[in-house]
Amino acid sequence: MAERPEDLNLPNAVITRIIKEALPDGVNISKEARSAISRAASVFVLYATSCANNFAMKGKRKTLNASDVLSAMEEMEFQRFVTPLKEALEAYRREQKGKKEASEQKKKDKDKKTDSEEQDKSRDEDNDEDEERMEEEEQNEEEEVDN
Amino acid sequence: MADVVAGKDRCAEHRLVSLPLSRIRVIMKSSPEVSSINQEALVLTAKATELFVQYLATYSYRHGSGREKKALTYSDLANTAEESETFQFLADILPKKILASKYLKMLKEEKREDDDEEEENDNDDEHEDEAEP
Repeated sequence: MAERPEDLNLPNAVITRIIKEALPDGVNISKEARSAISRAASVFVLYATSCANNFAMKGKRKTLNASDVLSAMEEMEFQRFVTPLKEALEAYRREQKGKKEASEQKKKDKDKKTDSEEQDKSRDEDNDEDEERMEEEEQNEEEEVDN
Repeated sequence: MADVVAGKDRCAEHRLVSLPLSRIRVIMKSSPEVSSINQEALVLTAKATELFVQYLATYSYRHGSGREKKALTYSDLANTAEESETFQFLADILPKKILASKYLKMLKEEKREDDDEEEENDNDDEHEDEAEP
């Protein structure tokens, strides 16, 4: 939750980098202009959230999803963002799928190993299992925070 | 080992979006009517914010006065908020700067109007008093 007003600011270093990458080389951006863009970005997030939330409410859903955000962009007249956002979403989904498959593959390998080998190496495997449990716990934590 | 894996994940996210997702989530959740946000919506909002920053900067630079000087200034941004319909929602937080003398004059004029209104209100009050038994 936002406890201090500065919690609603975005990091200046990142904002500055994004601006610099967008403008031609050697353009000077005044300090005032940077902080103005940073404030504008926070307001943009709030505006987009509020629009997206209206779409979620229309759909009788409590959780904002990707299509709500895309609809919000059209409503806000930022249609130009829709195509790059859809591309980003696909890339994100591919990435998630890749992660999932990788962890499933790992589990399969481990099962095979346990089947074929006898118990004299059980000490090593105990360690492996502990590590995997830790990973899983971490993933669960992330999911909880996300919602 | 778990730490190393988590570190890699974070890097991968950064390639897609450079703004911190945690901060974006805090801003989104500061809106009271929002109950929960799924991860895809969060990533998309962060990405949209990056596109917005790029667009606001390039639009203001292109339409701004500082092109010959190779500079982007506050007044370029304030102009964008005033003149472009898409960026209209920023007008309140990017007000145009005016001279203090001009502002004082505006204040005086406003005060004169207020005084006039107050006088009218006073008259109304008197009428009400009279109407009471």
